[in-house]
Order: sequence, then structure tokens, then C-alpha cells
Amino acid sequence: MIVVENVSKSFVLHNQGAATIPVMKGASLRVAAGECLALTGASGAGKSTLMRMIYGNYLTSSGSIMVGDVDVARAAPREIITLRRHTLGYVSQFLRVVPRVSTLDVVAEPLLATGTSRADAVQTARDLLTRLNIPERLWTLSPTTFSGGEQQRVNIARGFAYPYPALLLDEPTASLDPVNRATVLAMVNEAKARGAAIIGIFHDHAAREAICDRQLDMTRYTPGLAA
Amino acid sequence: MTPLLQVENIAKFYGARIGCADVSFDLYPGEVMGIVGESGSGKSTLLNCLAGHLVPDRGAVRFDTRTGGLRNTVTMSEPERRMLGRTDWAFVHQHARDGLRMNVSAGGNVGERLMAVNARHYAEIRTQAIDWLGRVEIMADRIDDRPTAFSGGMQQRLQIARNLVTGPRLVFMDEPTGGLDVSVQARLLDLLRGLVREMRLSAIIVTHDLAVVRLLADRLMVMKDGHVVETGLTDQVLDDPQHAYTQLLVSSVLQV
Repeated sequence: MIVVENVSKSFVLHNQGAATIPVMKGASLRVAAGECLALTGASGAGKSTLMRMIYGNYLTSSGSIMVGDVDVARAAPREIITLRRHTLGYVSQFLRVVPRVSTLDVVAEPLLATGTSRADAVQTARDLLTRLNIPERLWTLSPTTFSGGEQQRVNIARGFAYPYPALLLDEPTASLDPVNRATVLAMVNEAKARGAAIIGIFHDHAAREAICDRQLDMTRYTPGLAA
Repeated sequence: MTPLLQVENIAKFYGARIGCADVSFDLYPGEVMGIVGESGSGKSTLLNCLAGHLVPDRGAVRFDTRTGGLRNTVTMSEPERRMLGRTDWAFVHQHARDGLRMNVSAGGNVGERLMAVNARHYAEIRTQAIDWLGRVEIMADRIDDRPTAFSGGMQQRLQIARNLVTGPRLVFMDEPTGGLDVSVQARLLDLLRGLVREMRLSAIIVTHDLAVVRLLADRLMVMKDGHVVETGLTDQVLDDPQHAYTQLLVSSVLQV
């Protein structure tokens, strides 16, 4: 489902003396449907960068990133938008939403964008928020004022609302208590069971053990860090 | 899929000075494209060339017309272009007074656009006008007031109602939130975001406000000195800018 081949990435900072910072070289991986791959390595190894490249949020300097039949490294913006709408989900580390939009709408949005009726989308959103223990009195409020853990759970609810065939999870369990962490891990396992290909970053060992089939140490693709 | 708008090598000069040059892109139905750049970068000149307000010195602007497919709007006759301006395009000006008739009532401003596309039934026009005023959050009891009696934010919302009432296929917006204070801007942006999604509008939005494009645009084009220096998916251009000027632009925004 996801095939990354020989990708590299460098940042050029034009306004800071045109410094060129190579952050990744020759990274390759492949994740099949129903499989979960964990990216590991110290901070700065390029785990989140690779995720953003797969999502099309960062440009790829060279190599190819196939998600289904789309090469994200070369696709036009509208192809990436379609891919994000129907194929590729992303739960980022931090919730980034439009202010003033209610939590319920934030979670229902990916379903509405793919043509689910409003009633069904809202019902799914309610079920997810209930499962993730977000108190009902908060549902009509914007999540921008929520606590870190609450925001993260809203972010997860949003990421799991639509059954994407491919999912990127950037530390989805980082600031959760044990009960909610167990819920999220169960949700990831359910997504695997329905055939989703998943790439995740988990700093929490137990979480990694519970859901990941394989691990990939990103340090070996980091210029200057590789042993 | 046929693009709704196909722009090829547009250039406009003011004497020896470049307004904009070598601009090409395709816009597909349902896409919202943002054009950002500092004042004098050529973004408004470009928008006016696309909307038929200025005649470009070079290049073609092809629009997917309802009956004749892709047609070059630069070379079509003036009456044809005006007809498109009434039926298929809308133009939201930065200053509402440039897009409104200031001594005609609010209802009249909305109704006039309907009459321009041959609506004749008075009661129906008035009902539609009231419906649209409601959608842009203007109370029905203000329908007979003139825009001169409206606040800046209300005028801007009225201009949007006047522009969208005929169901245009492509909307041009020139700094739609410029000159409004932030709380009014926020409300206007929420409104625009809702309408864009609900009506599946295709739009080209010129602005210097990166927050506006992050909120509304799928794609982004960055202009400097009349040239396009960078294009791409909005979040990609803002989060991983490649060109020196875009990096400067993104790093100049204060994080609140």
C-alpha cells in the first residue's frame, strides 16, 4: 500500500546564509495492507519529516513515495488533495484546526468531505468522542481551548472517522492516561484488522509492542548520524 | 477532467515596467487557489487580467464556457466577456463600495444581479434577496436600507451576497478581508469558508494574509516582482517553503 523508495530530503535556508541541511538520504520502506510499521530513532532522525513527506506536506528532494497508485513525490496538488480525502489519513502530533468550529464538526469533517450524510457523519463523530471519553458538554465547543490530552483524543477521533486504507500516526498515545491509551491501541488494531496499512511513531515501548509488526530505525538514513 | 480556467503565459506591462509576466496555471472545478505576495508583486494586476478587467499584453485565459467549451476570454468580443461576467464569474473587491451600488437598497443590490440574468418576477427576486441576506447574516429588516448605512463588515457581506446570488462558477476575490478589523475578518472568513464548501465554488483569492489562504485555499501561488516564484499545495508551501522570498514571507508572520 505504501512504498517509499530511496528518498532524500534537504532543507535550504535561504535567509540564513543559504545553509543546506541534509536530513534524509536513501530512505526506503514498504508497508502492506493490514500491517503496522513503527519508525524509531532518536529525535532529529527524521521520523516526522518522513511522515510529512508521505503526506505531501513536505516536498521530497529525490526518490519516490507511492501511496496506492499515486507518487506523492511527483503528484499535482489536486491529486494529493484527493489522496488525502479518500486514501491517506494522518494523525499529527498536535491538533491544528480552524478556530470557532465545534469539536463535533471537526471530527465529522473527513466524513462530510467524502459525501457521507450529515446525520451519519455526526453519529459516527458522537460514537468516537464517547469512546475516547470526551465529555459531551464539550462537543459543541471548539477544541482549541481543550487540554493537551483532550486535543489529542479529538485529533485521533478525527483521524479515525473515515476508514482510510493508509494511516500515518505521529505519537498518537503520547499524552494519554492508561485507559485512553488502551482505547487508542484497540482502535489501531481494529484499523489493521480492516486492512489499513499503518506507519506510526510511538515513543512508548509497550504501545509499539502491542500494535506494530515491524520496526525501522530511521537513524540509518540520517546523514551525519548513521553509524 | 477539463480545467475550468486555463491560464497560459499571461503578461501585462505598464510601459517598460512589468505588471506580471509568464504566469501559467490550470484551475479545476471546485479548487480554491490563493495568490500571495507583497504590494506591487503583480497579484492584483494578474487577477484583473484573469477577470477581464485588464487586457493582458500577451497570453491566453481560457474559460470552460457552458456552451462552447474552453474559450479564450482575451480575444472574445466585449459583449461576450461581459455576459460571462454576469452569469459565470463573480468579483469581490477589497473595498465593498467598488462592488456595490451605494445609493441602491441592500435588496436592490442583490436583486440587480438577478435581473441582469433575466429574472423578472418581483416577488421571487425579493424572496431570493432576503434568503441571501440571511445567508450572509444581514437581518431581513435591513433589506430596504442603503449600504451607506451599513458597517464595513456588513458592506463586505452584502457584496458577497450580490456576487453569489446568481450561482457563479468562478469567483475572483481581491483582498476580501483587507481593511476590516480582526473579529469582523474572522466572521467573514467563517462565512466564506462555509459558502465555498457548500456551493463547491471555484475561486481565486488574492491576499497578503497567509492565515486567509491557510484557511480557504487548496493551492497557493507566491508572486514577487511580477513573477510567480513558487506554487504548490497550500500547507506544503507554508510549511516547507522553497524559495527565498516565500521563506522570508512565512518567517515574517508573528505567532500569536
